Amino acid sequence: MVNVDEVKKAAQDMRKDIIKAISAAGSGHPGGSLSATDILATLYFYKMNVNPADPDMENRDKFVLSKGHAAPALYAALGRKGYFDVNEMYSLRKIGSVFQGHPDMKKIPGVEMSTGSLGQGFSTAVGMALAGKLDGRKSKVYVLLGDGEIQEGIVWEAAMSAAHYKLDNLVAILDNNGLQIDGRNDDVMQVEPIYEKFESFGWEVMEADGHDIEELAEKLDEADDVEGKPVMIIARTVKGKGVSFMEDEAGWHGKAPNVEETAQAIEELGGEQ
Amino acid sequence: MADKQATRQAYGEVLVELGANNKDLVVMDADLSKSTMTVGFSKAFPERFFNMGIAEQNMYGVAAGLAASGKTVVASTFAMFATGRAFEIIRNSIGYPHLNVKICATHAGVTVGEDGASHQAIEDIALMRTIPGMTVLNPSDGVSARKAVEAAVAMDGPVYVRLGRAAVPIVYDEDMDFEIGKGILVKDGTDVTIVATGIMVNEAIQAAGMLEAEGVSVRIIDIHTIKPIDEEILIKAAKETKGIVTAEEHSVIGGLGSAVAEVTAKNAPAKIKMIGIQDRFGQSGKPNQLMAEYNLTAADIVKACKEILA
Repeated sequence: MVNVDEVKKAAQDMRKDIIKAISAAGSGHPGGSLSATDILATLYFYKMNVNPADPDMENRDKFVLSKGHAAPALYAALGRKGYFDVNEMYSLRKIGSVFQGHPDMKKIPGVEMSTGSLGQGFSTAVGMALAGKLDGRKSKVYVLLGDGEIQEGIVWEAAMSAAHYKLDNLVAILDNNGLQIDGRNDDVMQVEPIYEKFESFGWEVMEADGHDIEELAEKLDEADDVEGKPVMIIARTVKGKGVSFMEDEAGWHGKAPNVEETAQAIEELGGEQ
Repeated sequence: MADKQATRQAYGEVLVELGANNKDLVVMDADLSKSTMTVGFSKAFPERFFNMGIAEQNMYGVAAGLAASGKTVVASTFAMFATGRAFEIIRNSIGYPHLNVKICATHAGVTVGEDGASHQAIEDIALMRTIPGMTVLNPSDGVSARKAVEAAVAMDGPVYVRLGRAAVPIVYDEDMDFEIGKGILVKDGTDVTIVATGIMVNEAIQAAGMLEAEGVSVRIIDIHTIKPIDEEILIKAAKETKGIVTAEEHSVIGGLGSAVAEVTAKNAPAKIKMIGIQDRFGQSGKPNQLMAEYNLTAADIVKACKEILA
């Protein structure tokens, strides 16, 4: 059973890490980091079998952040999990920092793949799942995509191949916040019906409230029982979740909060401990 | 031994041998296994062969994921679609994380023939050598192709291996030394140097024969590794002979000619003539007709050497 309070606490801490790191960097992507926070918290603090003391552990579950611009959320999850001192991530985006604007697997323990160019992380996750099958491993590969990201053609090539090779060890989660840089998905480039698209591509599709830890945990557990096909969990989320003035605002996709905005955001997230 | 063999043929054969010895070797293709010759591996080791369908971008992304999981991955398609269509995936998902993927691409250059310009990659070397950490190999015949593939699989990190469609003359003995990053002094000489790569090494040998008959002493260097390039052998040639003619079945923009000029300009400025495709697209035709049309023959090399010496 998921310890909801523990995951919620981790998520709240991560949200503050994200805001502070992006604020210190003076640039970054708060909106999509905050929409993905509860998903990442549920994966790292409930679902995934990983070991910060042994990041390369043989039978670990793997996570690929295909929407690489949510890097601060991944760094916060890894830091809070104990892969490194979470305070190190305040060097985000600064010259010489390992905390690149988008994740670099060569620089940070626990980062399984370098991502940032949309759609590519999804393909690499298919490769990891394929390798898992080849090696007879029971572990899973989790991959997080943005909803704008699925406008990339490679996503559908990858989706086709994952179903073709019956990769039931692959679980994709869609951070379905409905927004992208230029506005609403519906206006920029229609992505719906997402459910039917993935279903017709041969995936087992589930839906969840992407901010309901219990429901996310439940769907991730259900995904364990799916056989013969990959799983897509469409997580309905709110961009900028947890910070009132960022919520559901496309303008906060790729903008850092100023000093006042940072203070207000931290206050809304429960303040400094 | 056959006196002619396509480099893709040698590649297909050696892949099966490598597969028997390396259980972590995985081969992928994008619906061209009978053309790239990965078909042999697919029959010998079906459990380690993945046909990814006509989706090159995803193939190289999946290759990156397999490599990140400890596999040695060889992924083939035509050079055009590997380096062109999938360029950014190779750059960001294979090159940037420096993963162990061997991009063995066939049907490079205009000798693809009748399929025409859409299928004739003449910019693949240029594209691949701009990626930091990418090793770029361009073997000249069946013997060196086999050794290039062996060396690529043996080393850690991303490698681009350029292979051709057409049967080309065997240039080397089976016991030739192939070392990544080390140019081969095919023939020593003192007047002019021909620096050739890939199937142009054979044209260079023919050209040298014609020139020697006229009393010109020709040095021939095979640069099978475009990156990291053998600077020492090039600087020596720049200093010891009166000039260099580069020869490649590739655009002169960004390929071997450019790579050689970068080395000599910085270290030993030399007179250079570049035999290669002169900022044009390819077209349909027979390989030998296209070699003539794009001035890629031994006679063209002879002419360039004479211009250097004039």
